[in-house]
Amino acid sequence: MTNEQLKQEILRISNVNVTKCMKCGKCTASCPAYDEMEYHPHQFVSMVNNGDIQPLLNSDSIYRCLSCFACMERCPRGVEPAKLVEAVRLMAVRKQGANRMKAEDVPCMLDENTPGQLLVSAFRKYSK
Amino acid sequence: MQRIGVFVCWCGSNIAGTVDVHAVAEALKNESGVVFSTDYQYMCSQAGQDIIKNAIAEHKLTGIVVCSCSPRMHEATFRKTAAAAGLNPYMVEIANIREQCSWVHKDMLSGTEKAVILGRAAIAKVHLNAPLIPGQSPVAKRALVIGGGIAGIQTALDIADAGFPVDIVETKPTIGGKMAQLDKTFPTLDCAACILTPKMVDAAQNELIKIYSYSEVSQVSGYVGNFDVTIKRRARFVKEDLCTGCGLCTEKCPQKKVPNEFNLGMDTRRAIYIPFAQAVPKVATIDPDYCTMLKTGKCGICSKVCTAGAIDYTAKDEFITEKYGAIVVATGYNPISMEKFDEFAYSQSKDVITSLEFERLTNAAGPTAGKLLRPSDGEHPHKIVFVQCVGSRCDSCAEKGKEYCSKICCMYTAKHAMLTRDKYPDTEVYVFYIDVRTPGKAFDEFYRRAVEEYGVHYVKGMVGKVVPQGKKLMVQASDLIDGKQLHIDADLVVLAAAIEPDKSARPLATMLTASMDTNDFFTEAHPKLRPVESPTAGVFLSGACQGPKDIPETVSQASAAAAKVIGLLCKDHLTGNPCVASANEMLCSGCSQCANVCPYGAITYSEKEFRMPNRTTLMRRVASVNPAVCQGCGACTVACPSGAMDLNGFKNNQIMAEVDAICRN
Repeated sequence: MTNEQLKQEILRISNVNVTKCMKCGKCTASCPAYDEMEYHPHQFVSMVNNGDIQPLLNSDSIYRCLSCFACMERCPRGVEPAKLVEAVRLMAVRKQGANRMKAEDVPCMLDENTPGQLLVSAFRKYSK
Repeated sequence: MQRIGVFVCWCGSNIAGTVDVHAVAEALKNESGVVFSTDYQYMCSQAGQDIIKNAIAEHKLTGIVVCSCSPRMHEATFRKTAAAAGLNPYMVEIANIREQCSWVHKDMLSGTEKAVILGRAAIAKVHLNAPLIPGQSPVAKRALVIGGGIAGIQTALDIADAGFPVDIVETKPTIGGKMAQLDKTFPTLDCAACILTPKMVDAAQNELIKIYSYSEVSQVSGYVGNFDVTIKRRARFVKEDLCTGCGLCTEKCPQKKVPNEFNLGMDTRRAIYIPFAQAVPKVATIDPDYCTMLKTGKCGICSKVCTAGAIDYTAKDEFITEKYGAIVVATGYNPISMEKFDEFAYSQSKDVITSLEFERLTNAAGPTAGKLLRPSDGEHPHKIVFVQCVGSRCDSCAEKGKEYCSKICCMYTAKHAMLTRDKYPDTEVYVFYIDVRTPGKAFDEFYRRAVEEYGVHYVKGMVGKVVPQGKKLMVQASDLIDGKQLHIDADLVVLAAAIEPDKSARPLATMLTASMDTNDFFTEAHPKLRPVESPTAGVFLSGACQGPKDIPETVSQASAAAAKVIGLLCKDHLTGNPCVASANEMLCSGCSQCANVCPYGAITYSEKEFRMPNRTTLMRRVASVNPAVCQGCGACTVACPSGAMDLNGFKNNQIMAEVDAICRN
């Protein structure tokens, strides 16, 4: 796929309008996984806008995102960077053999304090 | 039978580019009643108008149709042209073949076809036109200014300077508005009070200006030149004419725990109070929500200490009615609530404050006597974080904050940061910004000075969250230039809250039938060419009620609004619009539907005696329209079930003739 096709596919999966971003960086300022990530939420928005999807696909950042949705909650422009991270993640795991772990491995990693939201995201993150 | 002339305008290439103007003129020649038809490059030019004048004389025209731009643009021009040639100006009809035709069509063929049809409709209407003569109404030579901030004060001073009486209505106990709460003003750093209070005193001492403080507008009726306004004077329980403003009562009042709104609740005042030392009028006010005497009947200390005998616990709200020729809205702004932005911990820590609160903290007359101290423990803050754009520039679907830029925050934050560094060089100051917007005289230089001379740390990025931790505020933010996430242990966080129109603006707009935008800012009659007038005749706009503005802009607009008011009040009579509704009493069934839909209150009902067969009479309830109040909107004509209501210049049969002409093949 060309860069433009990759971009359109990400936009289709996520339904995010990246042009609404005013580059304030509040998403990245809110991100609790900042130190773990190579690319940060505001970079996802800008890189998707520029069609730079391949580096995102290859980066570990898509698995470091906690899916806490703080970036989505706080974005003043309603851009929803977490949905872009999710879309890139989906694109990666939908490729055959790109799964990081099996679905049955996930439950044993959880305890009663784990939020339900995280559970749902974990399944999305680690399986097809 | 009318003798009609048709004049098709090219509007340069604006119309001629997509409409075959010759073909339109030729086609309309064949319409019944048309005795002359031509086209010209610019019909609105002097030469174009001369063609119309000559044709009226030469062909004895009784009506003309101009196929040109929107009637909003040049209807008045062509009416004047017709009048100059001796034709009644209301015998002119405009077919809008620019906005409604050439600008929306790309194809010459369909554009031309539609232009012919629009021309045909206008010709059909002119056949039924009748000469109309506008009425005249007198002008009440007094102006009302709603809001006593710097905008209202400046407008009132300028109107009074021209010799017209002005009344200011202010809801607070004193005039002065937001500017009275500010410390210094950017970019010159003059003290706000030093430049404002002399103006407040000027207003109070001017014989032509009457200040109704602690009052509000409760009812407006009438129309340009003749507004009847009811003003509610809230009971302040102190006789304004007797009170000397000595302030003894405010020292003796035992109720000390009232949040002081002038200091944004950062300290307390008494139940009887004067908002600040330079208040105008300098008169005490009793707060009925906190006064023990008013609530329980047991106290009366202020009355005992008052040597002037000004206290009156039995006072009631009073209503006064006054006639005004013009009304100026100057209701101003407020910072938005920080409720929806609790990631900044405004509700969790006293040391997270808004910029207006910071203004009071640094003001010599404020709760800390001008010393910059933390509201929580009164200690001097050593690390301050300023956050810009809190609630400004938000997306509409994010459902919090405002879509617009609040305009003043970049500059006042630069001012706050600079003044802090100037007074307390041991304090580290961070400003988190998205963009620094400094369009204004000496504005960018001011911001650069804050960075270069005062060492304020400007960081491109936003604050994500603020977490109170012990005595500190942990600020997590992004630095987008360095690509870092910052963690700052701040002592004070200052939020540049977005500004919004005052809450009183919406009900006021309803009373005035003045239009507003979706943000509740008043809309101007034209965003570029009539920026200080409301589309409602006789209503003018001054200051931040029309959009975010700094002080210089507010004062300019206030003077501009005053100039417009003076222009209106100078006239002895106003020429009305003859295109008003009238009721056919023989058809009217007295159902009241027209009166219910009339937005101007122009329709009244009365019992009238009608002759019946065999010398009997019948009393019937019928509608009548006050032509001076009617604005010709036509709502009544469509609401009337019996067809009794008709609008001069837009009569029902004229509209039907237009529709028929459009539908004809």
